[in-house]
Amino acid sequence: MDKKKLVIGVIGSDVHAVGNKILFHAFTAAGFEVINLGVMVSQEEYIAAAIETGADAIVVSSLYGHGELDCRGLRDKCDEAGLAGILLYVGGNIVVGKQPFEEVKKRFHAMGFDRVFGPGTPPETTIDALKEDLGVME
Amino acid sequence: MKPVLLVDFGSTYTKTVLADVDEGRLLGTASSFTTVQSDINEGLAHACAKLKQQTGIGEYAETYACSSAAGGLKMTAAGLVPELTVQAAKEASLGAGAKVMKTYSYQLTKSDIREIDKLCPDIILLTGGTDGGNKENILHNARSLSQLEKDIPIVIAGNRCCMDECEEILDGRQVFPCENVMPVLGKLNILPAQKIIRELFLKKIVEGKGLTKAMELVSGIIMPTPSAILEAMQLLAGGHGGEPGIGELMGIDLGGATTDVYSIAWGKPASAKTVYKGLEEPYAKRTVEGDIGMRYSLRGILEAAGTARIASEAGLTQERTEEMLSYLEEHKDLVPADEEFLRLDDALAAAAVETASIRHAGTVEQVYTPMGETYVQSGKDLRDVKNIVATGGALIHSEHVDRICSYAMGKAGSPHSLRPKQARIWVDRKYILAAMGLLSRKYPDTALGIMKREISYYGD
Repeated sequence: MDKKKLVIGVIGSDVHAVGNKILFHAFTAAGFEVINLGVMVSQEEYIAAAIETGADAIVVSSLYGHGELDCRGLRDKCDEAGLAGILLYVGGNIVVGKQPFEEVKKRFHAMGFDRVFGPGTPPETTIDALKEDLGVME
Repeated sequence: MKPVLLVDFGSTYTKTVLADVDEGRLLGTASSFTTVQSDINEGLAHACAKLKQQTGIGEYAETYACSSAAGGLKMTAAGLVPELTVQAAKEASLGAGAKVMKTYSYQLTKSDIREIDKLCPDIILLTGGTDGGNKENILHNARSLSQLEKDIPIVIAGNRCCMDECEEILDGRQVFPCENVMPVLGKLNILPAQKIIRELFLKKIVEGKGLTKAMELVSGIIMPTPSAILEAMQLLAGGHGGEPGIGELMGIDLGGATTDVYSIAWGKPASAKTVYKGLEEPYAKRTVEGDIGMRYSLRGILEAAGTARIASEAGLTQERTEEMLSYLEEHKDLVPADEEFLRLDDALAAAAVETASIRHAGTVEQVYTPMGETYVQSGKDLRDVKNIVATGGALIHSEHVDRICSYAMGKAGSPHSLRPKQARIWVDRKYILAAMGLLSRKYPDTALGIMKREISYYGD
């Protein structure tokens, strides 16, 4: 079977490259084909890459606290660009300060993200979720 | 002595260069005016007669030609996302020496197909999807193109997983499959497509351009003129064998209708603090400004620079400038002789060079992040390029070619444009670049030697 394809990157003006590299290796090792856009990725770049590569999911990282602003409208733009129903994940330090994570999750779900991961989530958790959502058999 | 004749069939001039490949030297150059397409062989005969007068040589060991006659190589390109495969398709076509009449992104509509039929390009380049990526779009577009009324050759350079299906859909048409122009996201792979485009130009297109007769005289290569120039510039920049070139360069060909800008340079970000965005750039890049030219595309220069600026740089009043511009538009063949027109032409050329070089070069943007300031670069960083090569009648015949070309350099006023900071100006005084590109296919050492001798830097 073809490998499932993920577009990953760090959104907005965020230049945190280390976590991005770790995710790239972890996802690749887990059997995914990973298109890594690196740091400072705009919403449009995720979308253009997903269209051209026929990706199954977009995995957004954010570490610098501005994730909530950066992620706003991404689902709508995906719908508009013909990527309706594409799997959208977000994870990292995605909001400002310390907020109860359940509330944060709720807000990001409302923005159209299928899964929301908090700070310190091990890559394995995300990999399990991806496999489940994309129907990848072990 | 082994004389090799190199011919450049242009739409108005046939230019010839005679080189001796045994001694590695230039024997002579001559050109002849050609009015209509059918006269192309007559033009060649005239130019050859002039050469014979000059050099006493009327027989040639070999003859090679490039052509931009009858509109040159005209192409349309289709892809998926504008800044990805459509851009890759455009780079591939321009680098192959084509005039890109139109590009199409996403799905081709019925009216697009009618438009392509009307534009009637020599070649259509069909791309879309990375390898293993999007399939629907290129398949849809192949089905659309199967509805074309005209039988136009189609080069397919998209998602390799769809290649078989595309060929089946387009069965019965002239289809040329080749490697994807963007196999992996952001990675350019345009050389295979360019190779096929040039072969097609040689095999099929030339016949349709009244060049068949000329072909009989030519021993081998026929390629689009811009592609010959690009090859010459690559050789001049990079050298060959043990002979060094002049190093990374930017080339400007200022014409009457268009302005071509070339860069032979990697142009990667200069510092680790700079993040690169967008599609990778080709090492040998060509851009064409269809709206910037000294006669047919005067208005484009004015739109970019403003009449007021042109007037002030030429030292003329705005009213007088307007008058003269209208005159130029009606007399497109005017070669300026009087002082005022010369000044106006210099001001126009400077503005054309500035606009075209800004559009060619990359840009950098300063971004403040919570971690400090960073830079985002898109396109090529040409700031460290130390050579600018000027060609095209409007530049090589101007007395002020150095001043005009200095407008291709980045200035304090435009810090975002990544143009050369300080470069030496080289002038293709004898107009031999295209000929040397042709010669370089078989005799790279000779071509390099001649260029290094004949293309002098300003002041020599």
